[in-house]
Amino acid sequence: MVEMINGAVDVEFQGVTKRFGDIRAVDNIDLEVSSGAFVSLLGPSGCGKTTSLRLIAGFEQPSAGDVRIGGASVVGVPPYKRPINMVFQNYSLFPHFTVADNIGFGLRQLKPRLSKSEITARVGEMLELVRLQGFEERRTWELSGGQQQRVALARALINRPTVLLLDEPLAALDRKLRQDMQIELQTLQRDVGITFVLVTHDQEEALSMSDTIYLMNEGRIIQMGGARDLYDEPINRYVADFVGKTNFFDGEVAEIKPNGAAIRLANGRVLYGRNPRGGVPLNRNAGGAIAVRPELIHIVKANGSACLTTDVQTTARVKNRIFLGEQTEYLVMAEGFGDILVLASKHAETVSGGFSPGDVVSIGWEDSSALALENTSKGDHSTAVPVPK
Amino acid sequence: MLLLPTTLWFLLLLVMPLVVIAVYSLGERAPAGGYQPALTLAQYANLLARLKAFTNTLTLAPLGTVICIVIAYPFAYYLAVKAGRGAKPFLLTLVIIPFWTSFLIRTYAWIYILGGQGIPRLLEMIGIEDYRLIYTPTAVLIGIVYGYLPLMVLPIYVSLEKLDKSLLEVSSDLGANPVRTFFQVTLPLSAPGLVTGSLLVFILLMGEYLIPALLGGGKVYFVGNALVDLFLQSRNWPFGSAVAITLVGIMLAAITLYLTLVGRDRGRQDVSVL
Repeated sequence: MVEMINGAVDVEFQGVTKRFGDIRAVDNIDLEVSSGAFVSLLGPSGCGKTTSLRLIAGFEQPSAGDVRIGGASVVGVPPYKRPINMVFQNYSLFPHFTVADNIGFGLRQLKPRLSKSEITARVGEMLELVRLQGFEERRTWELSGGQQQRVALARALINRPTVLLLDEPLAALDRKLRQDMQIELQTLQRDVGITFVLVTHDQEEALSMSDTIYLMNEGRIIQMGGARDLYDEPINRYVADFVGKTNFFDGEVAEIKPNGAAIRLANGRVLYGRNPRGGVPLNRNAGGAIAVRPELIHIVKANGSACLTTDVQTTARVKNRIFLGEQTEYLVMAEGFGDILVLASKHAETVSGGFSPGDVVSIGWEDSSALALENTSKGDHSTAVPVPK
Repeated sequence: MLLLPTTLWFLLLLVMPLVVIAVYSLGERAPAGGYQPALTLAQYANLLARLKAFTNTLTLAPLGTVICIVIAYPFAYYLAVKAGRGAKPFLLTLVIIPFWTSFLIRTYAWIYILGGQGIPRLLEMIGIEDYRLIYTPTAVLIGIVYGYLPLMVLPIYVSLEKLDKSLLEVSSDLGANPVRTFFQVTLPLSAPGLVTGSLLVFILLMGEYLIPALLGGGKVYFVGNALVDLFLQSRNWPFGSAVAITLVGIMLAAITLYLTLVGRDRGRQDVSVL
């Protein structure tokens, strides 16, 4: 059905489970990667994202369920017969080959055999694509981390796979290079038009590069959606916690509203939050949490000239200040709330003049900025639905 | 200057004996045995008298090395790549255990196994009569492979153990079936261990003395046996020296040839052995 809307589906999981002994590394997952998309599998280590990738590549076979590539089941098909190539985590370049021989490896496996000149020509094209012309005869250990990364990319792309898998491709690079490579990968994906499936534990990486993110935990998919969906509409506490920074205020559900809930904190205070799109409405008398992003909290000097008019207001004392350049992060202590993280923009800082540890401040937020979330950290499979637009 | 002690030791212990042997090989046998100074190539002219020892050594030593490779490689591969965490230490111990007993005693055990009460007896039971094994080239070969197998297994195992297993997955991912992966990735990357192991086994086999003496029973003898005979029995030191120098020459030539072939085969990469 999705095929009719989005065109071809390249990779599909139908109820896929992978057990290692007693451990369910991947637990009854459904997944659909449409052709030409840039998809990320995001989650902490051990969440099953790498196992999922290896199931697509063919290094693992599912214990249950069906893995489909281009519409056909590939269960039992070995990696060397799948139209899929992978960029390995630490690049895994062949030490006994030159750069050109590494890149040409995939072509040399083709039947019928390609001519030497054809291989040289196509290796040349790939070298140009990853901007490594003139490196043909270099040994792999003579290259920098970024260059090795590009050789690994070229080697994986040369056979024009249906899907390119990337296993934490940027983890070994330093910060500046990583940001450059993020842009480079996105550009490359658009240029070659190949479906990319990226595995990462770095939420920033997933948010900045992919069209669709599958957030995973304990072998399950917790939420699937675009970067904005996951950040603005996290369906439960786990997602809100993993993607970006969030303040949580735990309590009992006091009242169910048409599109939200009121939660009573331990000190008796009642906070309101709206339901995230695609989330499950809370149950009365159950636990719940109000989640507020730090950048949505206003901070002003207490009893100062600037007055807060927000729905929720409280006084607090500044405990710590971290200067982040474009923003300043304050950790404040508010009676009855506990520690609260507040992000003040550069603009707000110039107006207020900034605060120091020990200052008494007023903080507040609008009810519309707060979300009422399930307290669960596990994602129930039934909730892993696409967020309606 | 700091290298002086080392250099002296080297000259004294390694080069001097070789020089002495070389000088001896140009001399004559004293009437009562031993060495008598002279300058003649007569000893070398007489080498053909020991041709059988040379042909035996030069067929059985390379053959033994090749058989060791053929048996050791799959075993080392299994040990390094396939064996589980439990099986690996156990199998490695099995490889090393024979070293805990004297080589002499272990070879004696083979005399029994290959002798009349051993394998031929078993063959009799299934109807193969009069199969003689002991004191044949086959017996020597079996002894050689038994004795030197661990020396081949260990270097190959080490190089396969060091091999980054993800490279095998990369190869498979890029379309190479298991056979192609073996010849394009596994074998070239374990070549250093293979070269080390085969040199180790080949060099030691060329000088082997005990196995032919015990399992060859004087019928299948090596250059090593000829040397013992010449130096200790007939006390013909100059002729023995000539035989020894010739053996050293053949070994140098063989190893040079081997390394050249291996080096060319592995293309531009440096051959790092031993």
